[in-house]
Amino acid sequence: MRAARPVLAALAALVFGTGACAAEMRPPPGASSCTGCHAEGAAMGRLEGRSEAEIVAALDAFRSGTRPATLMNRIAKGFDAQESRAIAAWFAAQGAR
Amino acid sequence: MRGTPSVSRRTILGGAAAVALARPALGGTPPRVVVVGAGFGGATAARCLAAGGVDVTLVEASERYVACTGSNAVVIGLRGIEAQTFRHDALGRAGLRFVRATAEAVDPAARRVRLGDGTVLAYDRLILSPGIELRFDAVPGYDAGAAEAMPHAWKAGEQTVRLARQLAAMPEGGTVVLSAPANPYRCPPGPYERASLIAHFLKTRKPRAKLILLDAKDTFSKQRLFEAAWAKLYPDVLEHVPLAGGGQVSEVDPAAMIVRTDFAEYKADVACIIPPQRAGRIAALAGCADRSGWCPIDPATFESRLVPGIHVIGDAAIAGAMPKSAFSANAQGKVCAQAVIDLLAGREPESPLLINTCWSLVAPGYGISVAGVFRPTDGLLADVPGAGGISPLDAPDAVRQQEAAYAESWYRTITRDVFG
Ligand SMILES: Cc1cc2nc3c(=O)[nH]c(=O)nc-3n(C[C@H](O)[C@H](O)[C@H](O)COP(=O)(O)OP(=O)(O)OC[C@H]3O[C@@H](n4cnc5c(N)ncnc54)[C@H](O)[C@@H]3O)c2cc1C
Ligand code: HEC
Repeated sequence: MRAARPVLAALAALVFGTGACAAEMRPPPGASSCTGCHAEGAAMGRLEGRSEAEIVAALDAFRSGTRPATLMNRIAKGFDAQESRAIAAWFAAQGAR
Repeated sequence: MRGTPSVSRRTILGGAAAVALARPALGGTPPRVVVVGAGFGGATAARCLAAGGVDVTLVEASERYVACTGSNAVVIGLRGIEAQTFRHDALGRAGLRFVRATAEAVDPAARRVRLGDGTVLAYDRLILSPGIELRFDAVPGYDAGAAEAMPHAWKAGEQTVRLARQLAAMPEGGTVVLSAPANPYRCPPGPYERASLIAHFLKTRKPRAKLILLDAKDTFSKQRLFEAAWAKLYPDVLEHVPLAGGGQVSEVDPAAMIVRTDFAEYKADVACIIPPQRAGRIAALAGCADRSGWCPIDPATFESRLVPGIHVIGDAAIAGAMPKSAFSANAQGKVCAQAVIDLLAGREPESPLLINTCWSLVAPGYGISVAGVFRPTDGLLADVPGAGGISPLDAPDAVRQQEAAYAESWYRTITRDVFG
C-alpha cells in the first residue's frame, strides 16, 4: 500500500465508488483497467477481497506461463513485480471494507 | 487506510449531503466538471467523478444508447438490437446530474458549454467523449442519403437494423460488398469481424452468395488470425481485396448499387460502406481537434494538447497505440476521472497504466482477441514492451470457444459497469 500524502489522506475518506472506479484511496496504476473484465458474476471473477498473495501468485504464474491462459498471460506481462504487488494489495484492501 | 466503514457505500453515494461533503474543498464554490457524451467513455468518467464526490453534469444528446460492441451479431440476425440498447436512467441515480441535450458550443476562455436549449454550463474541467463523426465528404457519392441504400452501420441503431434487413432479404447467389476505411477509425478489427460474420451468414443461409471485402489498407488488426480462419471457414465465400490489390473505394453510386475502385466496378445486392471518420463534432467546435480531425491529448491526464481545461477520451482522442474501442474508452474514462480528481485537489496525477482487449467473433463460438498494456512514453500512450498481442495462431477449438464466451461475459460486465 502506498504511503498517504497529506492531501490524499484528506480526500481518501471521501472518495468512494463501485466496481470500475472504487477508490477509497487512489488506485495504483493499472488497477482500474482490471475491473473492465473482473466483476461479480462475470466469467472473469471479482478481484476485490482476494488476498494479495493469491493475486500476486496468479499474475506471476500468468507472466511466466506456468498457468494456462487465453489472455491473462498477455496482460500480466505488462506489469512488473512491484506494479503487480501494488495492484494486488489494492484489490485485497477493497474487499476487506 | 480505510474510509468511514460505519457508513454504507449506498448512503454515501446516494445522499446529497455526502456528495456536498465529498467535494474537494478548495474554498469558494466547489469545482464543477461537465462531461459531454454518455457513451462508453463519458458515462464511465462521469460515474467515477461522481463516486469521487465531484460535482458532475453529464450531457447526452440521445434518448437511448445503442452499443456498437456486439452489433455485428445483430447484422446477421444472431441477436436483436434490444440487446444492444441501454437507457440512461441508472446514470441519473449515480450521484450525478444527467442532462438530455446536445452540447453545441464551448467557450474555453470563459470555461462554459452552451447546450441546444440555450442553457449555459460553467465548468472547471470539461471532459469530451463524443465518439465519432462519419465523414460524408470522403468517399465520392457516399453521403448521409447514400447511407440508406448502402448502410455503414458504424453507429449502432437504425443503421444496424437496416443492414440486417437488407442481408436477410438478399437473394441466394447475391453479392455483398463491404468496404473498410484506412486508419485510424473506430474499432480496428470491427470490419473484419463483420466480414467474418457476414461470410458465416452467407455460407449457412444464402447458397452461392459472395462477400467482397474492399480494403483501403494492406495490414489490419488480428490479420493472421482472421486470414487463417477465413481460409479454413469461408474459402469460397469471402474475397479480401487489400489496398495493393485495388481495394480502395473511389466512388459509390447508391442508385445503381455500384461500388467503384480505380480498377474495377462491383455491382452489389447489399453494400456496407464504412467511411472514414473524425472526432465527434463538438471536439472540433471546442478547438480540440487538429488537422487530422482527431484530438491530441496528454497521455497521463487526457487533457487536450490544444485547449487547457478540456480532456478528450474515447474514440475522439489520439491515444497513441491504444485502439479506438469501448474497452479503451472505459479504461480511459477511469484514468481521466482520477486525473481530474487529482488536478482539482491540487495533486500531481500519477503516470497511469491502461489495458485494452478486443475480442472478435470469426464465427459463432469462435473468438479471437488482441490485447495491450499501455503507458505514457515520450508524450504518447505506447505499448508496454513484451505485453499484449494476439491469440495464438494454433489454438485448439476449445480455446476459441472459451474466448467467445469471455467476449460475451465482458460485454455484459462492461455494459453493466457503464449503464447498469
Ligand atoms: C461494429 C462495431 C463493433 C465494435 N465492437 C467492439 C468491441 O467488440 N469491443 C470494443 O471494445 N469496442 C468495439 N467497438 C468500438 C466502440 O463502440 C467504440 O470505440 C466506443 O463506443 C467509443 O466510446 P466513446 O465514448 O468514445 O463514444 P460513443 O460510445 O460513441 O459515445 C459518444 C456519446 O456522445 C454523445 N454525443 C456526441 N456528441 C454530443 C454532443 N455534442 N452533445 C451531447 N452528446 C453528444 C453520443 O450521442 C453518444 O452517446 C465496436 C464498434 C463498431 C462500429
Ligand atoms: C480483458 C479482460 C481481462 C482484464 C482487463 C484482466 N483480466 Fe484477469 N483474467 C481474465 C481472464 C480471461 C482470466 C482467465 C484466464 C485466461 O483465460 O486468461 C483471468 C484470470 C485472472 C486471475 C486468476 C483468477 C482466478 O480465478 O484464479 C487473476 C488473479 C487476474 N486475472 C488478475 C487480473 C488483474 C490484477 C488485472 C489487471 C491488471 C486483470 N486480471 C485484468 C481477463 C482479464
